[in-house]
Amino acid sequence: MTAAADDMTAGSTGRTRASIFARSSAYLQAAPLAIILGCFLLLPIVMIAVVSFWDYDFAQMYPDFITLNYAETLGSWVTWKTYLNTLRYAAIVWALTLFIGFWVAYYLAFHIRTTTMQMVLFLVCTVPFLTSNIIRMISWIPVLGRNGLVNSALVGAGIVPAPVEWLLYSDFAVVLAMVHLYTLFMVTPIFNTLMRIDRSLVEAARDAGATSWQILWNVIIPLAKPGMAIGTIFVVTLVMADFSTVQVMSGGQSASVALMMKNQMSLLQYPAAAANAVVLLVLVLLMVAGILRIVDIRKEL
Amino acid sequence: MSKAAAIDIASVTKVYGGTTAVHAISLKVPAGSYCCLLGPSGCGKSTTLRMIAGHESITSGDIRLGNAVVTDLPPARRGTAMMFQSYALFPHLDVTDNVAFSLKMKGVAKTERRARALDMLKLVHMEPYATRRPAQLSGGQQQRVALARALITDPEALLLDEPLSALDPFLKIRMRAELKRLQTTLGITFVHVTHSQEEAMALADIIVVMNEGRIEQAAHPREVFERPATAFVARFMGDHNVIPGRVTAADGDRVTVAVPDGGAFAATGGTRAVGESVDVAVRTDRVRIGAPEAPGLGFTGIVDGIEYRGATVKLTVSGAGVTDFTAILSDAAFFAAPVKVGDAAPLAWGSEDAIVLGRLHS
Repeated sequence: MTAAADDMTAGSTGRTRASIFARSSAYLQAAPLAIILGCFLLLPIVMIAVVSFWDYDFAQMYPDFITLNYAETLGSWVTWKTYLNTLRYAAIVWALTLFIGFWVAYYLAFHIRTTTMQMVLFLVCTVPFLTSNIIRMISWIPVLGRNGLVNSALVGAGIVPAPVEWLLYSDFAVVLAMVHLYTLFMVTPIFNTLMRIDRSLVEAARDAGATSWQILWNVIIPLAKPGMAIGTIFVVTLVMADFSTVQVMSGGQSASVALMMKNQMSLLQYPAAAANAVVLLVLVLLMVAGILRIVDIRKEL
Repeated sequence: MSKAAAIDIASVTKVYGGTTAVHAISLKVPAGSYCCLLGPSGCGKSTTLRMIAGHESITSGDIRLGNAVVTDLPPARRGTAMMFQSYALFPHLDVTDNVAFSLKMKGVAKTERRARALDMLKLVHMEPYATRRPAQLSGGQQQRVALARALITDPEALLLDEPLSALDPFLKIRMRAELKRLQTTLGITFVHVTHSQEEAMALADIIVVMNEGRIEQAAHPREVFERPATAFVARFMGDHNVIPGRVTAADGDRVTVAVPDGGAFAATGGTRAVGESVDVAVRTDRVRIGAPEAPGLGFTGIVDGIEYRGATVKLTVSGAGVTDFTAILSDAAFFAAPVKVGDAAPLAWGSEDAIVLGRLHS
């Protein structure tokens, strides 16, 4: 009798322990990712936000709560010009990568017949990514430079009398390098959405009398919008945060927001750079929110 | 909406790379009839339909619709409309815009095309769902929308690629009645691809049985059922036993056929020379247990299996050189004199129930 009662108690404790474990196991499973995101994403952002309110002089930062950094950042016309310039880069690069990315993805998805060939060509698109961004960027210099490939070819062919100056260290060079670096971020999501389009939709459209352009405009592009939105988010955030491309390809003649921050940091003006970073973060988040409002990407994820 | 076109397929062949999907088939579908292309998967029925629709190029031969040769015309200029197997509704458009799609392509103004689409939706009883997206509809509703979208082009022939295969059995039967009603109302030619014998029997004015890219038989369902042209048709329709053998005696259209190492069977309906190899078909539902009334109209075999099906009982019998011979008995007849697995049972049938089958000349 006693033994039986003991057994029952032991059994119920076992059950309680098991149910606690079951309840906490979900948290345990989520913990690693939560810790990583917390330590490496949330904490740094919080630190940047905190530091952006600190005071500083040429040598040191002073914990404080002042809004001077924001007032200086937003009150300076240099900041506004730099933001406008960065937004201009983002808009041009976005338009070009969207155009090129869509056609590359469209060609891969609809004009290459075999899946094997599609995969091979897609991998070919990713081959440049085996080298670093910087190397790919710098490799443009011998091509575009004053005595570079393009200029020597143009001068040699007698098309221009003297080397073209705006090829390198110009907005043109910045945009060219960015398009080169970021087009694949547009190709991949668009290719993914295009591959999911049921081919019988194209036939149904043709059956209804649609021409190839009408099919493209009325069926394929609307269905590719989620992929375009994801690609847009990639490209816009990358361009908005870019400083190395702008610095190298403009030869220091153009500025971007991230480059401005980098300069502030090299002058040890960390709180000013932090305030700048917070403003940029808010701006980019607003842009992403705007994109998500226009296009529903949930079915892509 | 009243015009219907006859479809005339003249020795049409389709070759994909090295394989021939359709072998020089010829077929005439009269205007305003309901034609079912029936066959197992890979028999070329869908390819044939897609060639009529213009979604597949024709390797050789010609297709005429009414008086026009449409072989090289694009799909939209043939006067056909196709309904796709998965319905292929545009997921980003609402039901009305889906139906109005072809009008939009033609440049019809928005208010007019939406009004006409709504009329078409009324025809298929879908006007309450006009503003829904396809994803919000059930399979049967999607099918009605697909029908409306195909019919708004005012086609002379409607081509349906396995339209009922995605529906549950109950809905399948309801939709098939509706298809038939719609075809009768509109009076246009329907060509319907299916692999279901039952569906084809229920709907068609002409059943075209296809196998390996050839037409085995094209006839009224009753003829296909009662007088299958070939062993393939007899087996595929599933209501005949096929007994292959060699002719040992012939008298007009009556022959006696001997099965290797087995019995001899009498059959009618084909003039054959002695020594020719031939297939005999025996209707499964006409077989009864009992002694044959004449020699060659039955055999005695061992019962391999008994399957109770309610109104009928299915017996599988082997003997006299014939294996897996099926007899469908009424439950009353079976339970009046039941047999068990392993019993020897005498089977018999009438002289008109055994027919000689033809072969394709290929």
